[in-house]
Amino acid sequence: MYAVNIEPHVLGPKGSVLENLIDVDEHYVAEMQDRALVLAEDPLRCQSLPHMTLAGWDLLELLMEQQALGYPEHFTLTRDGDRWRWINRPLGIDDTFTFGDVSTLPYGPMEYITRQSQGDFCILDQRDGNLWMDAGMVTTQADWSLDFDIGMNFFEWHAPVPLAHEKGIFVRALKFLTNIQQGKPARRLNWTMTVNPRLDTSPENYHKWGPDRTTVTPENVGDKVHLRVELQSFWRLPRSNGIVFPIRCYLIKMDELVTQPKWARRLHRVIRDLPEELVNYKGLTRYRPTLLEWLSKLDDGSPTSAGFGPD
Amino acid sequence: MAAKSIISRPVYATLSPQPGKHHLFVADAEGALAITDLAPKVPDGFFADAHIIFIPGNEGKHVAALEALKPAQLYQGPSFASALPRLKQTLANAHMGLRLYLAGTEGLIGQAMQAALEAGIDHTSIQTEHRGSLARRMQCVHCKGITENVTTQPATCSHCGLLLLVRDHYSRRLAAFQGVCINAEDRSEIPPAEEIFR
Repeated sequence: MYAVNIEPHVLGPKGSVLENLIDVDEHYVAEMQDRALVLAEDPLRCQSLPHMTLAGWDLLELLMEQQALGYPEHFTLTRDGDRWRWINRPLGIDDTFTFGDVSTLPYGPMEYITRQSQGDFCILDQRDGNLWMDAGMVTTQADWSLDFDIGMNFFEWHAPVPLAHEKGIFVRALKFLTNIQQGKPARRLNWTMTVNPRLDTSPENYHKWGPDRTTVTPENVGDKVHLRVELQSFWRLPRSNGIVFPIRCYLIKMDELVTQPKWARRLHRVIRDLPEELVNYKGLTRYRPTLLEWLSKLDDGSPTSAGFGPD
Repeated sequence: MAAKSIISRPVYATLSPQPGKHHLFVADAEGALAITDLAPKVPDGFFADAHIIFIPGNEGKHVAALEALKPAQLYQGPSFASALPRLKQTLANAHMGLRLYLAGTEGLIGQAMQAALEAGIDHTSIQTEHRGSLARRMQCVHCKGITENVTTQPATCSHCGLLLLVRDHYSRRLAAFQGVCINAEDRSEIPPAEEIFR
C-alpha cells in the first residue's frame, strides 16, 4: 500500500520527463500564467519565514542553472561575480541583479524564480534532527494548505495522512531526507486523482472545485477523470543547508491513460484494492464506483509487467 | 482529556517547576488550579521570581488562591486580547532564564504560545497544562478568518458562513485548528451539528 519509494534523481530517457532534472514542457507559459492568477487571488500561497531568505537564493541558483542547462534555447544565465543576468525568453524576461541583494529583484528570490518554474516548491529548514516547512510556493497542490502548514515539522505536516505513520514510513523517509547530499538529489512519485484538468486543487478553493466530483458519469469518466502524478524531488541547498522539495504535477485523462492496456489493467486493480482510508483521503469516494465500472471493462485479468513503463 | 488523535494535535502535560531565573505564567479560569497544584512542588523563593497573567473569566474564581502564592506580579485581565500587549512586552524584555508556563483552555494556551513563538521561544521549552473547556479556535481554510470557542462538529465559520469540518490538524503558528468545508462537493448535504468540544 505504501512504500518509501525514493530513488536517486538521475537523468532518464530522452523525450521523457526525466530528460532533464528540472523538467520544462509545452505547458510552461500556461502554467506560469495560471500561477500568476492564483497568486493575484491569494498571495498567501507563497510564504517564506524570515530566516529562509538565504535558502531562497539557493533555490534561485538551482532553478536558473538547471533550466539554463536543460533548455539553453529558452533560458540563459550569465554570471560576473555577484552580478547575474537572467534571460527567460518564453516569458520575455531579461533581468540583471545582484545575487544575495533582495532589493535588486522585483520579488524575494524564492518567489521570483518560482514564478518562472513549473511545479510547487517547498523549502525545508533542517534543525533538531527534523525538517521544517518554512517556505514555499504552492499553487498546484493536492488539497493541502501552505498557509496552515508553514512552520510545521515533517511529522506535523504529514499528520493527516492515514496509515503511514503507523507503518513507520515517515520515520524512514525523514532519515533518508536529512542525509541528502549536495549534488545527489533524490526523487519519488506520488499520486491521486483529479476531476477535470485543474492544477489548483487547494483546500482554500475546495468549495469551488469540490462540486466537480459530483459530475462524473459513465459517459464522461474517460474525459473528466485524471490520474494526477507528482514527481517529487529532493535537493540539498548549499548555503542554507536546507532541502528544496519541488512537487511537479502531471495530469493524464483516463481516455489517454487507457491507450496503454497495461496502464488500464493496473489502474483498475489499484483503484479496486485501495484501502478505504486512502479512498477517502484521496477524495475518490464519490466517483470511485463509476470509475471502477468503466476501468473493469478494460481489465482482462492478464498480468502486468514490472515497472511503470508501457509494454 | 482529549482523545487520541493525529500528530499535529497538541498534547498537554502537567506543569512542573523548571530551573530558571524568572517564571512567567499565563492562565485562564481553571488553569489557576494547575498553578496552585504546582505550588507544593516548587523550591523556596520560586514565586518571588514569578509573574502570573491571569484571565479569570465570567465566574471570576481562583484569584485569591493565586494571590496566596505571593507572586512578584499578579495581573488580572478581562480577556486574552486585553492581556496580550502586556504578555508581548514581558516576552520582548525577557532575558535568558525566563521559563514559561501556560495553563487553561486550549485557546489560551495556543494564543500565548503563539506570542512566545513570535518572541523566539522554542515551543518544546514551554510547560503546558490543559484545564477547562475543550472549545477550539478554528481557522477557516477558505476565508482565513478565525472563529473562537467552537464547540460543535461541524461548525459555521463566523466570517464567511461556510459549514466547516473541524479537523484535528493544528497550527501552532496560527494557534488554531483547521476548518474545511464539510459539504463542498454537494451543498445540499447538511450534517447535523453535535456539541463535542465542551
